[in-house]
Amino acid sequence: MNGQAAGSSSGGSGDGGAAPRRNTRKPKYSKFTQQELPACKPILTPKWVISVFVLVGVIFVPIGLVSLMASRKVVEIVDRYDDACVPPNTTDKLAYIQNPTISKNCTRTLTVPKDMDAPIFVYYQLDNFYQNHRRYVKSRSDTQLRDASKANDTSTCDPESVANGTAIVPCGLIAWSTFNDTYGFVHNSKNLTVDKKDISWKSDREHKFGSDVFPKNFQKGPLIGGKTLDPNIPLSQQEDLIVWMRTAALPTFRKLYGRIHTDLKKGDSITVALENNYNTYSFSGKKKLVLSTSTWLGGKNDFLGLAYLTVGGLCFFLAFAFTLLYLIKPRKLGDNNYLSWNRNPAGR
Amino acid sequence: MKRFVYINDESYQNDYCDNRISNTKYTLLNFLPKNLWEQFRRFMNQYFLLIACLQLWSLITPVNPASTWGPLIFIFAVSATKEAWDDYNRYISDKQANEKEVWIVKNGTRKHIQAQDIRVGNIVWIRENEEVPCDLVLIGTSDSQGICHVETAALDGEIDLKTRVIPSTCVGLDCEQLHKIKGVIECPNPDKDIRRLDANIRLFPPFIDNDICPLTISNTLLQSCYLRNTEWACGVAVYTGNETKLGMSRGVPEPKLTAMDAMIDKLTGAIFLFQIAVVLVLGSAGNVWKDTEARKQWYVKYDDDEPWYQICVIPLRFELLCSIMIPISIKVSLDFVKSLYAKFIDWDEEMYDHETDTPAHAANTAISEDLGQVEYILTDKTGTLTENKMIFRRCCIGGTFYGNESGDALRDVELLNAVANSSPHVIKFLTVMTLCNTVIPIKSSSGAILYKAQSQDEDALVNAASNLHMVLVNKNGNNAEIHFNGRVVQYEILDILEFTSDRKRMSVVVLDCESGKIFLLSKGADEAIIPCAYSGQRIKTFVDAVDKYAQLGLRTLCLGWRELETEEYLEWSRSFKEANSALVDREWKVAEVCQKLEHSLEILGVSAIEDRLQVGVPETIEILRQSGINFWMLTGDKQSTAIQIALLCNLISSEPKGQLLYINGRTEDEVVRSLERVLLTMRITTSEPKELAFVVDGCALEIILSRYNEAFTELAVLSKTAICCRVTPSQKAQLVKLLKSCDYRTLAIGDGGNDVRMIQQADIGVGISGREGLQAARAADYSIGKFRFLKRLILVHGRYSYNRTAFLSQYSFYKSFFSFLSGIAGTSLFNSVSLMAYNVFYTSIPVLTTVLDKDLSEKTVMQNPEILLYCQAGRLLNPSTFAGWFGRSLYHALVVFLITIHAYANEKSEMEELSMVALSGSICLQAFVVTLEMNSLTFVQFLAIWGNFMAFYIINFFISSIPSAGMYTIMFRLCRQLTYWVTLLLISGVGMGPVLALKYFRYTYKPSAINILQKAERSFGPMYTLVNLESQLRSDMENTNISFSTTPVKNKASVYEPLLSDSPISSRRTLAASSFDIFQPAQSRNTSSYPRNIKAN
Repeated sequence: MNGQAAGSSSGGSGDGGAAPRRNTRKPKYSKFTQQELPACKPILTPKWVISVFVLVGVIFVPIGLVSLMASRKVVEIVDRYDDACVPPNTTDKLAYIQNPTISKNCTRTLTVPKDMDAPIFVYYQLDNFYQNHRRYVKSRSDTQLRDASKANDTSTCDPESVANGTAIVPCGLIAWSTFNDTYGFVHNSKNLTVDKKDISWKSDREHKFGSDVFPKNFQKGPLIGGKTLDPNIPLSQQEDLIVWMRTAALPTFRKLYGRIHTDLKKGDSITVALENNYNTYSFSGKKKLVLSTSTWLGGKNDFLGLAYLTVGGLCFFLAFAFTLLYLIKPRKLGDNNYLSWNRNPAGR
Repeated sequence: MKRFVYINDESYQNDYCDNRISNTKYTLLNFLPKNLWEQFRRFMNQYFLLIACLQLWSLITPVNPASTWGPLIFIFAVSATKEAWDDYNRYISDKQANEKEVWIVKNGTRKHIQAQDIRVGNIVWIRENEEVPCDLVLIGTSDSQGICHVETAALDGEIDLKTRVIPSTCVGLDCEQLHKIKGVIECPNPDKDIRRLDANIRLFPPFIDNDICPLTISNTLLQSCYLRNTEWACGVAVYTGNETKLGMSRGVPEPKLTAMDAMIDKLTGAIFLFQIAVVLVLGSAGNVWKDTEARKQWYVKYDDDEPWYQICVIPLRFELLCSIMIPISIKVSLDFVKSLYAKFIDWDEEMYDHETDTPAHAANTAISEDLGQVEYILTDKTGTLTENKMIFRRCCIGGTFYGNESGDALRDVELLNAVANSSPHVIKFLTVMTLCNTVIPIKSSSGAILYKAQSQDEDALVNAASNLHMVLVNKNGNNAEIHFNGRVVQYEILDILEFTSDRKRMSVVVLDCESGKIFLLSKGADEAIIPCAYSGQRIKTFVDAVDKYAQLGLRTLCLGWRELETEEYLEWSRSFKEANSALVDREWKVAEVCQKLEHSLEILGVSAIEDRLQVGVPETIEILRQSGINFWMLTGDKQSTAIQIALLCNLISSEPKGQLLYINGRTEDEVVRSLERVLLTMRITTSEPKELAFVVDGCALEIILSRYNEAFTELAVLSKTAICCRVTPSQKAQLVKLLKSCDYRTLAIGDGGNDVRMIQQADIGVGISGREGLQAARAADYSIGKFRFLKRLILVHGRYSYNRTAFLSQYSFYKSFFSFLSGIAGTSLFNSVSLMAYNVFYTSIPVLTTVLDKDLSEKTVMQNPEILLYCQAGRLLNPSTFAGWFGRSLYHALVVFLITIHAYANEKSEMEELSMVALSGSICLQAFVVTLEMNSLTFVQFLAIWGNFMAFYIINFFISSIPSAGMYTIMFRLCRQLTYWVTLLLISGVGMGPVLALKYFRYTYKPSAINILQKAERSFGPMYTLVNLESQLRSDMENTNISFSTTPVKNKASVYEPLLSDSPISSRRTLAASSFDIFQPAQSRNTSSYPRNIKAN
């Protein structure tokens, strides 16, 4: 960037003697008060702008490539099971899912498309589920979750704050609607253990959910929402709940279910024994099971890479276009003839 | 209705108010309600109050109510405090005036009381040089003739002394009698006419006869006048307190709102409508969605039977979300930067006047931007353009010119020689200078002689004569004593033929005591004296001299004399006395008689007095006119002087470049005819490159303003220059009002009390703290020491202020939109703390440093004053620029939102994280935008912009380490993720790339004049010296071929071109399309005058 100290006129009565008389009302001189602070005046010269664009392009394209490669390296298995796990002749899916007497077991078979290195992350993905709904998001009580003595602090939890006259712990719509599908994996007729430890944030376990707060009066209302919690395990160890309560900002989201610490080979087939409990049928939401490896970028996400490549490309294009324009139609810097009042012949 | 004032009678005193003056706006009790009421008159404040109230309803509020209430209360507190402080200062100054001690007569003795305790009917005694505390009817003075002198500058701005006489019934009363006087004064109810009082007085027995004696304005002492040259005077209080003539004419100054404020309010209104639309659409969509979709979502658990008001919950919620669109911080920010602009004006060294030790001062801190948008300047003449110091400069005596070479006749050796040789012509000339006046010589204690004159011209003449050894030593009654070259000459003044504006001359008849001869000595305007020359005198030299001096802008007086035969005089004297005692048409009769004597004069010569223009006035006017500002000169002075001064200070050009059109006439018909004629000429010649100006005098103006307003308005719009002479203070104010009603931004500048009303009426009032006291400076929004500072005030301070505010306000809207659009996706994407911090803190601080931004250096602006047009026409803040910012905010919001949700999709879609990413993205973009939009970056700005960015992280790290906070550990987590940084970089890249490209493209291929000058400034800097050397050389050569002209006229044709093609009025209403055709080849190089810049380098 070209910098130039702003030389400003100091003519007129400004610069008096070095030793000004006191007790005059003359304003004291300082660069600030006279608005004469040295300043750099960036000017959008062709050189400068073109090099900025080239520079941005040079930076963005490699980043794009790296991100894209990282994203491509991720192996992902996505299996939508909400429709498939309903018996084929069921007409009323809602009635099916709401009927507690019917067994919800379901078996799915997945094929590994590429080698997958441990750890493999198991996610469940919900579509069209508005965890960001205002009524939903607000319906929780952080103090109650943290502090055993504040169990009755449920004022923000409506409409799921009390059941049968006593406070619910954990209260609120979010906790009430915790996801309750379960997955079991069989690989080469061996059970694949899913590690469900440490799937939530450490800070949440330690500071947001008390280790002495136990579920109480939970899912005892007339309507049962989602998962029931073991009243003997403190909230800080109810990791599925903790994960669920980190509400998603978008209606499509994945939440971590667990990790598999076994490498999978290409072509392997995995049998998933799942319990399809969670109701997404009333609002035609989708449920998906996701197995995915991870890189520095996280899961599979081509967006960043593609965006970087596009922006980088566009920058190069702009730089090129501007150079071309500059060569074809050079504009001399600071030609006052372009000023309208100088351009029109006098005495028109 | 009339009021009856019983002199010195306590029983009637309580009928009228006391003499307490009150200029305060509030009292302790009504301060809060009144102030709140005033504040809530602004649309924005009403709006914020509504929003704040809505937020109290917890069902609908998306954010914490404190985020609105806090700033709102803060804003109101700040404004209220400022008002209270101003009002307190007014109270203090009132108190000083009210508690001044005055003498009044009570029960026959003189008593000292406070000015505020004066009641109607009291007899008030005033000493020399004291201020008159209320309106008095004069009943006695120290002068045996019953005359006293007052200075009425505070009232009407005229600095000459005025004579006031006691009414005839009171003549001859001595002090004792005055103490006991009783009577009744019948006078009209208070009004504000300072030139008229139709009252009468009747004294009760034992005082003289029981006759009614009429009173006129010349029998009064009005409040705020000063008693001069008179030992004491006493009068009966007739109007007191705020009912005095001054108090009645003191209009309550309206609070001034700048054009920008109005524009901001308008834009706010537009946004409000937009917001309503958004709310309605989204609200109903939300309701529909709720009923169709959300009910199916069991996990939200909607009740089936909801109260009726549920239907408006969602729209109201959206309304609250949208309320961020109108930035609450804008008022605080604007107030802050505005007070800083004002400070910059106070601090400016280049506007400090060494001579009088006065710095510039901005009393009104709120209207600096308007300075940059001035379209009309209405200026006073005396004391504003001129120094108001009359100095005798040249003379022409008997055909010989003195003082032509040196410019100072008093130092002209020839004249000094002539004086020493007692050249008869010169002696006569000097005698007239010394005697033909009403000057009173006063011996000071040190022995020096001081002259007290009613008119500055006479003062100058007498002083000049005394410098030429003709010293008026004493004037005792009718005897005048003159020392000339060591000789003492005695004259007896027989008669004074007074000056009237009709006669335009005055004469005295004197008797030379030595020789016993009687002389008539006359002086007056050339057109009044020269026709009286005796037949046969060669008057051509004098006519030439007058012309010549007038062209130099000097005030000329012709001096003449005649020896009178004793018989002739005696005969005339009789008729003169007769005329003087006439009861009807006295003035006319006296004039008639005077005419009989003033003929066959021997013209002695012409004196030329200079009322020097202040330093830098012509240049200032020239520059300001180049920048497209129209000048009107409003003066109480006479036409010829006004025109001369106007010529001198470049206001008008002489023939053939310019043309003056006169509107005059005594009767209505004449005035109308001449008005129509002028209007016709104006219409015809608008296309010609000729400068037209019209001249109108007070009488004609009175008729025109009362009945022919429309025609005059048209004239006012057509004419860039006007001279209005002999106008009263209220006419000045009326003219300002007229221009304001045509939607022009007006600036009034003046120095005297007579300018106060004009100054208060104008959009911007500028006072010159000058010779005529400080009333104007006190009433004004800005006070400066000299007229020449006006150009700096307007071109530098006004322009910068305008530019800065334009940026600031649009940016405020930009960022607010931006946050709103980012927030709409979810319930509220940002939590309430971040939202408030975002609005009030993160995005406000950096942009506040825009007060240091300078798009062009002061020098460049001064060299290219035409650039002011950008401000005048409002090119930088109007719906179209606003739309640009709106588009940008839309774009940026989309960028931030889309990139964030895509980069943080799926397993990363966690609310707190996502909102933090979006927030950091926004703040990052803001920092880039501010950096890009700043024209000059000082370290303060760097610090504020990027330091603020740093502060954002530091603060969020801090919050992230509090376990109970909602965003505990979020920031640490994010900073550890590479994705976060990559996303941030992408947001900046995508957000800024197109902005930069667009800006560059506009800058290079569709540049505004500002851009061109910026580049010019740069290219003459050290960077491209080699490239420019060549072009400079070339231009130098061209400069020799086409002589670069700095005369106003040649430039003017081109200067006004943008005005003609793209006048501020039209462009203000149309979207400001750039008038610069970019692809037009630069053909003009050989035809147009070459830029000033190059020459200056």
